[in-house]
Amino acid sequence: MDDVTLFSQQAIDDIRQNQAEWEGGALAATLKSRPEEKQTYETESGIPLKRIYTAADIADIPASELGFPGAYPFTRGVYPTMYRGRPWTIRQVAGFGNPEATNQRYKYMIQTGQTGLSTDFDLPTLLGLDSDDPMAFGEVGRVGVAIDTVDDVERLFDGIDLEKISVSLTINPSAWVIYAMFVTVAEERGCDLHKLTGTLQADPLKEYVAQKEWIYPVRPAVRLLRDLIMYSARTTPKINPVSLSGYHLSDVGGNALQEIAFTMAFTISYCEEVTRAGMDIDDFAPRLSFFFISHQDFFEQICKFRAARRVYAKIMSERFNARKPESMRLRVHVQTAAMSLTKVEHHNNLMRTAIQALGAVLGGCQSMHTNGLDEAFAIPTEEAMKLAIRTQQIIREEINVTSVIDPLGGSYFIERLTKDMEDEVWKMLDEIQERGGAIKLVEEGWFQQKLADSAYATFKKIDSGEKISVGVNKYADAASRSADVHIHPYDDHCTQLQIDRLRAVRENRDDARIQSLLKELVEQARSDDINLLPKTIELVRAKATLGEICSALREVWGSYSEPMIV
Amino acid sequence: MADTKGAGAVIEANEASHTNATIRVLVAKLGLDGHDRGAKVVARILRDAGMEVVYTGLYKSPKDVVQAAIQEDVDVIGVSLLSGSHVPLFRELCRCLREEGAEHVLVVAGGVIPEQDYPALLECGVDAIVPQEARAGLIVTAITDLVAARGRI
Amino acid sequence: MRAVARSRTAKRGAYTPSTELAKDVLSGRPIAIARMISRAEDGRAEAASALAELYLQGGRAHIVGITGVPGAGKSTLVSALISTYADEGHKVGVIAVDPSSPFSGGAILGDRVRMSDAAAAGSAFVRSMATRGHLGGLARSTLQAVDVLDAAGYSPIIIETVGVGQDEVEVVAAAHTIVVLSAPGLGDDIQAIKAGILETADIHAVSKCDKPEASATVSALQGMLALGGSSAGSDWKPPVLPVSSVSGERIGDLRRAIGEHWAHLRRSGELAVRQRNICRTRILGTAKQLFQNKFQQKPEALEPYVRAVTERRMDPSVAARALLGWEEDPWTT
Repeated sequence: MDDVTLFSQQAIDDIRQNQAEWEGGALAATLKSRPEEKQTYETESGIPLKRIYTAADIADIPASELGFPGAYPFTRGVYPTMYRGRPWTIRQVAGFGNPEATNQRYKYMIQTGQTGLSTDFDLPTLLGLDSDDPMAFGEVGRVGVAIDTVDDVERLFDGIDLEKISVSLTINPSAWVIYAMFVTVAEERGCDLHKLTGTLQADPLKEYVAQKEWIYPVRPAVRLLRDLIMYSARTTPKINPVSLSGYHLSDVGGNALQEIAFTMAFTISYCEEVTRAGMDIDDFAPRLSFFFISHQDFFEQICKFRAARRVYAKIMSERFNARKPESMRLRVHVQTAAMSLTKVEHHNNLMRTAIQALGAVLGGCQSMHTNGLDEAFAIPTEEAMKLAIRTQQIIREEINVTSVIDPLGGSYFIERLTKDMEDEVWKMLDEIQERGGAIKLVEEGWFQQKLADSAYATFKKIDSGEKISVGVNKYADAASRSADVHIHPYDDHCTQLQIDRLRAVRENRDDARIQSLLKELVEQARSDDINLLPKTIELVRAKATLGEICSALREVWGSYSEPMIV
Repeated sequence: MADTKGAGAVIEANEASHTNATIRVLVAKLGLDGHDRGAKVVARILRDAGMEVVYTGLYKSPKDVVQAAIQEDVDVIGVSLLSGSHVPLFRELCRCLREEGAEHVLVVAGGVIPEQDYPALLECGVDAIVPQEARAGLIVTAITDLVAARGRI
Repeated sequence: MRAVARSRTAKRGAYTPSTELAKDVLSGRPIAIARMISRAEDGRAEAASALAELYLQGGRAHIVGITGVPGAGKSTLVSALISTYADEGHKVGVIAVDPSSPFSGGAILGDRVRMSDAAAAGSAFVRSMATRGHLGGLARSTLQAVDVLDAAGYSPIIIETVGVGQDEVEVVAAAHTIVVLSAPGLGDDIQAIKAGILETADIHAVSKCDKPEASATVSALQGMLALGGSSAGSDWKPPVLPVSSVSGERIGDLRRAIGEHWAHLRRSGELAVRQRNICRTRILGTAKQLFQNKFQQKPEALEPYVRAVTERRMDPSVAARALLGWEEDPWTT
């Protein structure tokens, strides 16, 4: 059964013969009179592309590699009915200033038709610093919302029904504390924790290699994620405690293959940590979620999603012996590629984003953020966000691409490229395994070096004009300037307000209790097999600040010092 | 020692045209912005243009960066920022440079910086702003031009 | 597209004569120290007499060389040492050497990534240097930079070499105390560099001592030392010290060993021997450099000899002696 291929040997032989005749005849004649524009054609990540694909190119692929939607190996989609049953979630990320400012934006977006919330946090919050920390200077509320205490989370979701709308939290090194605050707010409101839905990013390994936000050394950071996954599986079973993020690997220069392979390597490490701590794979794997980019190379991106689903299904089934289908399906949130956007002729960004969004839909994503046309240089304005939401709505409602599942499946080219990408990913995973696994290689800077090399190679391609950016290095129009863009204004009072509130909280709480709880947390952290979440929730409830909790653990684990990679 | 003193006049003449000494640049990240892709690409571009690039790594305060710039005797500090905090951070950086008597160090800003913030940056002491889409040639000449205009010191 | 620059690029800071600068170096002003080092690096003739003056003012610093294969963790170790010395109130100087690109002549100097915390504390002076084509693990002017720091009152002065292979042992003839850092799991490299630098170590450090493989590396080194015995004429037994720069574990042991070696050198009289070796090497090295510079600047003076040797009218040895003025110039006879 496994070896059943898609075509009969006779058909393949005929095609090969006909192709040879065509190549010798019509094709050769045309090439003689008019050579092709380039000597070789390849995908963005360097996979060679043929002129044309036929059944002969996929003769070796067993039919079982394609399967059916909602069934192993999930190549064609993770749900049996896909968009016919439920369209993807439009999930635009937002977050800036004080919790109230973000809360207001949320309400605007819900009104515009957004179906899920997504929060960006400011850098001090991500890095576990309070708003009055000296290192937070100039950063409070800049790239996301500032959170210091549980009260800020209450303000952030004021008037929003947490049982009804799913909440995505783009939080990393300090994720376990923000989760503790979120759960505390939900509990205090009397929500049923089993009904809470949402996603935390909380993917530490990709932080060390891509986003570069960290607090502790690599291993304690992975342990915190392990604690979070295990606690969430029992307490908030519908929350995804981690979103394995290939997006950022791409953001720092990784190509499509590196994006999947490195993300899968990190997935393997996390699963090993959790199963080693005694949890069955089927008890947490259904809540692992993913976050990929939809980049410029249209077909390669579509195949990337398909190949990633297949690789993941096989890893979970074969390596971790998962039995539940839910443990093997790769659910993915997609964001279009911010780095493909240009400041020059920024309206072109609408077209870029629309095409990338279409690719994500054809690739079978579960939720999506489309970039605002000003996303390359500012936090998007309301107008830009609305256009971005409209882009998704047009794809969903007007152009009839959601009626048929995996509409490109079976295309000779798509199936061949999907398989080629899968094969390359396995090769990379084997190498990572041979070199000692993802955690060790993160510590050594191996991934960092690969990504920096890839980023420099991409820059050189743009510099030489080999990689085209329309309006920038081709068809550049001297008359067109970077238009005056209305840029979202920053709120200067934000920092002071956060600091004032922080002081007020510190003055009105039981400090002695906080100190003794922090001591207990530190003691628990010294042992590897105590879950730190319950104590953290106690601390949050007693109004300990994010900064206090994070710095207490630095005492045990120290801070991270990056390897020298340029 | 007597010899070198005797040759004084010739040497002075030499110094005036001594513009081909290696340019040293501190490529720095300020504040909490972890986006180091651009900074690292710029570091390689400058190295490939024959400059010596001191890279600071992440999470540096303006004070750290000024201290490093002084000890390394760099001609230029290049800072790439994508966090939106450029105005307060560059203002503080330039203030620290003045406080340490190191105004001879040139400051080049890059990253995601909206044009509306250019005047504020130039006013606080930034010497040049390199746009996000800049190609290698532009980044290199921005620096060589600044150093040539300042002269060797 | 263009860069936006300030319309008025004010001429900021005029050229300070090196003799002026030297005074500020002696009073410990960081900007002056840094610029004097740059002038030494750029080989400015104008700085020669000032550098000479600073040399005469120095001689107090303990110079510590730290070397080892790439990836052993030298920068991290140096960073930990800086903190230890700074805590004790020492003004510690560091010269960290990295290779220049053979293609562009440029360099990326990344040692500060791991060091700047300590340097920012203000009690340390950290300077990165590119080799600028010089082989041997140091830059041509590394020792002049050490002279400057010495005159400014820094001690100890740590020289961190580029990651060394087999032959790059120049630091041996430049420092009073040589620390060779090995990393666990780099067992093959121990063999590879055995002939070179391992045997010259006054102190062996093994990094990442929290890793299980570290003890194997420690035993391998101890085994090697037992076979080789101690270096001739010295009763100093090079210790093998596991350290962890990350946790700071046992950095104190290394700090103490460096201090003990310095005391040993002074007590035993070996210091004078080392000093003489360092000076001898520097004089010869500088002479060689000057000689090369002379003919690089005036290639036409060399040209007749090149032609004569190429055409086999003269052998290279006679030509070299003539250039040095050791034998009568064949052209005048």
